[in-house]
Amino acid sequence: MHLAANVMHFARLLRRSGMQTGVTESLAAQQALTMVNLASRGEVHAALRAVMVHRFEDLFLFDQAFELFWRQDQGNAGAEPPGEDAPAAPPPGTKRLAEALANGNNTPPPGEEQEFKLDAAETFNARELLQAMDFEAMGADEINRAKAEIKTLRLPLDELRTRRWRPDASGPRIDFPATIRGSLATGGEITAIARQRHVTRPPPLVVLCDISGSMARYAQILLHFLHSVANDRDRVSVFLFGTRLSNITRQLKHRDPELAFAMIAKLVPDWSGGTRIGEALASFNQLWSRRVLGQGAVVLLVTDGLDRDGAEGVAENMARLHGSCRRLIWLNPLLRWDGFTPKTQGAKAMLPHVDEFRPVHNLNSLKTLIASLSAAPGARLAAQAQWKDRP
Amino acid sequence: MIPGTIVETASLLSNQGYVADRQLATTVHLALTMERPLFLEGEPGTGKTEIAKVLAAGLGRRLVRLQCYDGLDLAAAAYEWDHARQLMAIRQSEASGKALDIYGREFLLTRPLLSAIDPSQAPAVLLIDELDRADEPFEAFLLELLGDFQLSIPQFGVIRAVTKPVVVLTSNRTREVHDAIRRRCLYQWVDYPTAYREAAILRNKAPGLPAQLSAEVVAFVQRVRQTGVFKPPGVAETIDWAMALDALDQKELEPGAVEDTLGVLLKYQDDITALKASGLAAQVSDAKAQVNLV
Repeated sequence: MHLAANVMHFARLLRRSGMQTGVTESLAAQQALTMVNLASRGEVHAALRAVMVHRFEDLFLFDQAFELFWRQDQGNAGAEPPGEDAPAAPPPGTKRLAEALANGNNTPPPGEEQEFKLDAAETFNARELLQAMDFEAMGADEINRAKAEIKTLRLPLDELRTRRWRPDASGPRIDFPATIRGSLATGGEITAIARQRHVTRPPPLVVLCDISGSMARYAQILLHFLHSVANDRDRVSVFLFGTRLSNITRQLKHRDPELAFAMIAKLVPDWSGGTRIGEALASFNQLWSRRVLGQGAVVLLVTDGLDRDGAEGVAENMARLHGSCRRLIWLNPLLRWDGFTPKTQGAKAMLPHVDEFRPVHNLNSLKTLIASLSAAPGARLAAQAQWKDRP
Repeated sequence: MIPGTIVETASLLSNQGYVADRQLATTVHLALTMERPLFLEGEPGTGKTEIAKVLAAGLGRRLVRLQCYDGLDLAAAAYEWDHARQLMAIRQSEASGKALDIYGREFLLTRPLLSAIDPSQAPAVLLIDELDRADEPFEAFLLELLGDFQLSIPQFGVIRAVTKPVVVLTSNRTREVHDAIRRRCLYQWVDYPTAYREAAILRNKAPGLPAQLSAEVVAFVQRVRQTGVFKPPGVAETIDWAMALDALDQKELEPGAVEDTLGVLLKYQDDITALKASGLAAQVSDAKAQVNLV
């Protein structure tokens, strides 16, 4: 009885701190707890973790939540009191938990609630307060216009033939199952041959977008663009980088752009800071490339190529990125003035490793951005050559 | 048949030569007793596929393996109608005038997923290997099987498992597997082993190795994993490398032999260059010092 209530509260805590914990997980947790020794804190932890966590990213958060929750509810769960080894410094993730605990004003768990709250509040680190980013409110009109514009986006190589088939009267292959099914109506006599054709779909799109100081003025338009793209097609992954790399794919999927942007502003700590392109690319290559670049992904790299670290590591990591994706497109919004040349070391290091170079001369609207990306590709490497040769 | 406690599960695994930590043993135990699929994610070469093989051997069940690839469809994964036979049967029944059900069981070709839940066959361990290599539409085919251990075949009916198969899914994370699959499974991240566990695995998998060599190999590999290489070596690479050094009659680590055999351990040229640049001899002697300290 007590146990059931505690599992429910624990599931609620996990849900508030951002994990996807549903009724299924709660039920499974109840069931799992009947099979382990409740007197052993370790066993309870392992069992709950096995049934309630479904993603690698959630493991750490779960451990923190378990630590907080079952310490406070020791009497009810029959778990042992914790040792003297309480963590000294608040590890990352506790802030999310602290917020989740603070927001939970529905039925409080029984017991030392007061002490619990204090405990969680202490872990809140003021220095971790992230610099928020203001975005102009988007009206419904603007959102609709953005949706219409994004429909016109056609990236180069935007049709990829999959290995799946769909019915098509003039397709190249005979669909045997359908033909036989059809013949049943005529007593086994085949009167019409069903045919099929390969399904084509856009390849996965991975966007790496620079949000450092020099790019700050485009942040609004770029986020606008990223949000529309992420909600228009499937298999889009979006990363922001300045000094650090942040994956904002899940946040962008939020239908309401305001909410999505608010979540992103909270998540990303380095708006308008410096850029470390080499480091950001290295951590993308190391942590994400194998996870998101499968299935022939097209990479769209949005940056002006101004690098704080003097282009350290940019060339190597660009080469690796180039080697592991199907097509690498560089969108450079710095070409506001004619006659701009790639003098920066970052740009020089990047240029040899891109398939497609898309300069934007006046990035002031979503329309210009989409038009530039959708333009038919010129002769191979033409844009680079033109840019390079400029005196 | 199914072990009753976590300890029994752990010993079932270890009897088959698989060294599992407590978290893994707990998850496997829960998957067995709760009859839920087990979703194993982790870097290549950390022993995910091995768990399914070991479970099949330990439980005395047949192993049904489905290797996933892009474009894998229902016909190759679950079942297929034998069209040639159907056409022949239609012709025959025309000649003989007998009524015919062309969607009978005899026209159904069994593929791995159907085979695993086929009531007419012995209980199975179903291994769905490298699910991330299949495309997203394939995941949808799996949902019914993972949730209810049954397959609905439109013209035929529902085939349901009498003894639920033990289902193990593995993924190398080359793509994110959909949440719908994750929800139906118990999730386990299979990490690189600790030095202690890795030494135990090496003893199991390569019993003839000189003790000094295997201890130093483990210490060295554990160090390499910390250096931030692009592809840290998995346990499979550790075993290969130890056996390679043994094949070269090495009794302990020696910088020259290490340099010559790095390709067994590291599979990217950048990693090999970086490791050499960081001073191979120093790394080797550090690893040796660590072993001697213990």
